[in-house]
Amino acid sequence: MREVAIADVPKLPVGPVGRQGLGSWGMGTLIATEAALFAYLLFAYYYLGATAQPHWLLEPHPALKLAVPNTIILLISSGAAWLGERGVLQRRRGEALAGFGAATVLGIVFVVIQYFEWHAKPFKMGASSYASLYFVTTGFHIAHVLIGILVLMALFVWTALDYFSPRRRLTVTAGAFYWHFVDVVWLFLFTTYYVTPYLGFGQ
Amino acid sequence: MRAPDFRVPAVGPDNPEHQARLLELWEGEPGLKGFLSTVDHKKIGIRYIVTAFILLVLGGIESLVMRWQLASPNAHVLTPDQYNVLFSTHGMTMIFLYASPILSGFSNYLWPLMFGSRDMAFPRLNALSYWIYLASAIFLYVGFLTGNGPNDGWFNYVPYATRDYNPGLNQDFYSLGMVFLGTSTTMGAANFIVTAFRTRCPGMSINRVPMLLWGTLTANVANLLVVPAVSLAFFLLWLERQFGTHFFDHSNGGQPLLWQHLFWMFGHPWVYAIVLPAMSMVSEGLPVFCRRPLVGYSVVALSTVATMILGFGVWVHHMFATGLPGLGLSFFSGASIAIVFPSAVAIFAWLATIWLGRPVITTAFLYFASMILMFVIGGVSGFMTASVPVDWQLTDTYFVVAHIHYVLIGINVFPVLGAVYYWFPKMTGRLMDERLGRWNFWITFIGFNLAFLPMHLTGLFGMPRRVYTYGPDMGWNTLNMITTIGSFVLALGVLLFIVNVVKSLRTGAAAGANPWDAATLEWSIPSPPPPYNFGVIPIVASRHPLWEGRLTEATATSSLDRGFLLDEGKETMGTSALDAEPNMILEMPEDTLAPLLLTVGVSILFVGLLLKLWTAVAAGAVVAAVAIVMWLWPRAQLREREPEPAQPPQREPRHA
Amino acid sequence: MSSTTPLSYLSAAGDRAGTILPLTWFTLIVSIVVCVVIAVLLYVGVSRRRVRQTAQIQQVPVTQAPGGLRWISVGLAISAVPLVITLVWTLSALAATSGPPAHPGLTIDVTPHQWWWDIQYEGERPSDIFNTANEIHIPVGVPVLVRLHGGDVIHSFWVPQLSGKTDAIPGQINLSWLEASTPGRYRGQCQEYCGAEHANMGFEVVAQTPDDFRRWRADQLSPAPPANTAALQHGQEVVEFRCGLCHQVRGTGAGGRAAPDLTHIMSRRMLAAATLPNNPGTLVAWIQTSQELKPGTLMPDQFLTATELPDVQAYLETLK
Repeated sequence: MREVAIADVPKLPVGPVGRQGLGSWGMGTLIATEAALFAYLLFAYYYLGATAQPHWLLEPHPALKLAVPNTIILLISSGAAWLGERGVLQRRRGEALAGFGAATVLGIVFVVIQYFEWHAKPFKMGASSYASLYFVTTGFHIAHVLIGILVLMALFVWTALDYFSPRRRLTVTAGAFYWHFVDVVWLFLFTTYYVTPYLGFGQ
Repeated sequence: MRAPDFRVPAVGPDNPEHQARLLELWEGEPGLKGFLSTVDHKKIGIRYIVTAFILLVLGGIESLVMRWQLASPNAHVLTPDQYNVLFSTHGMTMIFLYASPILSGFSNYLWPLMFGSRDMAFPRLNALSYWIYLASAIFLYVGFLTGNGPNDGWFNYVPYATRDYNPGLNQDFYSLGMVFLGTSTTMGAANFIVTAFRTRCPGMSINRVPMLLWGTLTANVANLLVVPAVSLAFFLLWLERQFGTHFFDHSNGGQPLLWQHLFWMFGHPWVYAIVLPAMSMVSEGLPVFCRRPLVGYSVVALSTVATMILGFGVWVHHMFATGLPGLGLSFFSGASIAIVFPSAVAIFAWLATIWLGRPVITTAFLYFASMILMFVIGGVSGFMTASVPVDWQLTDTYFVVAHIHYVLIGINVFPVLGAVYYWFPKMTGRLMDERLGRWNFWITFIGFNLAFLPMHLTGLFGMPRRVYTYGPDMGWNTLNMITTIGSFVLALGVLLFIVNVVKSLRTGAAAGANPWDAATLEWSIPSPPPPYNFGVIPIVASRHPLWEGRLTEATATSSLDRGFLLDEGKETMGTSALDAEPNMILEMPEDTLAPLLLTVGVSILFVGLLLKLWTAVAAGAVVAAVAIVMWLWPRAQLREREPEPAQPPQREPRHA
Repeated sequence: MSSTTPLSYLSAAGDRAGTILPLTWFTLIVSIVVCVVIAVLLYVGVSRRRVRQTAQIQQVPVTQAPGGLRWISVGLAISAVPLVITLVWTLSALAATSGPPAHPGLTIDVTPHQWWWDIQYEGERPSDIFNTANEIHIPVGVPVLVRLHGGDVIHSFWVPQLSGKTDAIPGQINLSWLEASTPGRYRGQCQEYCGAEHANMGFEVVAQTPDDFRRWRADQLSPAPPANTAALQHGQEVVEFRCGLCHQVRGTGAGGRAAPDLTHIMSRRMLAAATLPNNPGTLVAWIQTSQELKPGTLMPDQFLTATELPDVQAYLETLK
């Protein structure tokens, strides 16, 4: 039998290039496990809601006046993060810094508004299972947002230090991916806590 | 001069000069600093194995004390509380601190050697997952040793676990300790998944991978998705106990069954995760001792995945007695019966391999072959519990205890003991003593079956689980005495195993690279392997590279002596997920203290949470944050960033 | 009932357990047969072609005889037979035994506590309702609906000779049912770990002829007899003042509901949730040193004095 041919190997990238690299896979696994975590939190909501006595919702029509703008702010921040990544891809450092900076600021605004929303709620965490779930679930989300803010700040600093280029920027892609994930999770949480009551769940 | 972003990897023969270069690149620092900062998967793998064995022994001692109490009715060796802490700690130790880490240890050690690679995908993460495992084990055992061990079983049902009924620190140690441990398991899962798909050597397409990949990869994909369920459950329990939430208490809209759902959505996949890798180890070793390839490779691989997938859909069979509606019970009963199919595939494949091969009896072979029978015994008792009405009688009796020990000891411990006999020569360069091995095997086998076979009858006679004593007129006296005697014989067998390991480390016969004339890549390198594993990255052409001259499965031979040199740094080959075509040169990180530092920070944080010392929590978080920043700071050597602006040419050391 | 193995479920004395029993035996026998077959295949497979001399493994050639896949397909095909039978039989047995009966002849509410069983017999009029503890009487041949209430933690109600087990979970009412076909005394046990004395939380179900059951029920409904001697009055006073904090004796001032109803304690065969026989010696020992007999039980040692104890004992012995 002949030995396998190994002569025709092309030029290979050394280390991560563009978005090809082990870091993409690693971030993918992180997102998969965190998504599972939120799935279980939502399971707890739907399970307790479905097996609860009537009037489980402490707010039959949850106030949207802070939650909707906050959702929009988070969506815009994802756009800003995308802009930041694009700035790195196209070697426009100013655009990159503006994008990461804006995303960071918008993320902080989201946290602050959520803080006010928590205070505006007529119930505290220990009031009932609904209250506990609301605060703990949004609390988990805020924890992920805070970590995401730290990630965006790090991307800002490293971009300012000229670390990245279109070729060497997997960190940026992974970090932005994480921020988009945090945004998508919020959409699921928002739908569950703010939309399904209007559709009749938990009444 | 800027290192090139692309290059054609050099191909050439392995030779001593090249090996010396690699040694310089890959050798770790000596002494304590090297010990604490290593990211070498072989060292980490052995640490996992040693630590897990220590915990196995601790868990075993706990069970011996329990068996002493249960040897006769109304005994007074232990108080009820002492017994209850012991059985809970025994379960926690064996299921969480032994059964999964031991398998992680073997796969950690073996995967790069089997894949023709120089390390796992994320070596630093690998080190971190070990340190956190060790730290969480210490955290949990500090609880036990200070009289605050878990006391509500390993499954920890509410309301008994809530503060009303359990005011001490027991449940807080357990809850926080499990969240802590869960992070290690998750990190390990991420590492195994990426390693499996991106670091196999060229030519090792997905239908040529060693069987150990299938079991371990399946288990780790499952872990990635289900560990959050149990971590969440324990975290919610801690909040319930300490901050007055109402997830589980029915008077405020909570549900005791929420705990059971979250726990078993994790728990059932987990029990497959702690046996599928071990089954794959049997699929590695048994064929070698039968002098032929495993029968039905593809079917066994697919059935491994199918078992895990079905395993996500059966968790309610732990809750058949909780008053759920009949439709749900029927579905889960059906699924639990259906899962027998894929799990049985391996049994037939192994039997066929034995019948169509020529068994060579070694101690390793005896462990791998005997587990087939114990797997079946454990499997049929599980099949019995899959039927809801039958389960309504069997559940929570010693019948289930017999079942779980046959599946756990039969499908995890026996393969592990066999795996030690099989791979000890590779890890240490020495063979284990075969004569002592036979004694070890037979005493373990007899002791185990003496202890647990009669237990089926004890269960059919109705003895409940988790009882510290029993009355003299229940008909269980003799059976319990036999089980106790058997457990001590089993312990003797394990002791002989340890003696054999220690003795063989010192005076075992030299093994050479391939003492078993096996087929897979780990046997093509020296025993023990050098730090860089492979002088050249090989290119494989079949499932059994070292048997190619003797089988007809391949049309070409693997290239083992000539391959990719990858010696311009700490490098290994990255390949595509399914076809394993080379597509990247991976730069591997140097040894670093960041994982250990991060572990220290997170440990302080958890101790702070336990004692509600918020300054400690903050301090731990700060230490952890510093370690993470240190770790993730983009490095030129790893090509995570552009290098510094070009300096005037001067002689630089070749490795950064 | 099997007197040597009271909690065995390899025999049955009632319909519900009786429907499950053949399926249990079927799966058990299939399991044993499978184990024996595999053991034989394993043993023969290993012995018949094994390398007999202590050869170097390298000298045993590597081959690849074909035909292995047939083992897998035949094995799976043969396995399918008992699996399918079990599935179908399971679904039918599940339908037959789930219940609850449409027209139960008797309804009882069982509330398990750490570590005893409170049983309330339902009736149409409030005066027909009474509580007892740890010993359930049912008439033979009548389906009995058992409503399981969660008390403190999760417990599980199990009388193997009559029925499979059902958990009692706080926050929900689970339904179980029993029907005994022959008179007798059947052992029950808590089968979900519930804390320190889970091991000592048994109970008994006494199946009686309908006449005997009616008599028993009428007796249980009657309040405690009046104390008509000085010693008995003294005993009743102590019981009201001390025991009455937790226990109820209907017809006296002892009105606690946190512990077993004692109105007819002498009618029960056992004490402390089927842990101790009910005789004068154990009764006194239980009152004075319950912590030694069942460590962790929620009843503290009573330390009755030498003047109190005999009178209390005499009084309790009137509570038949």
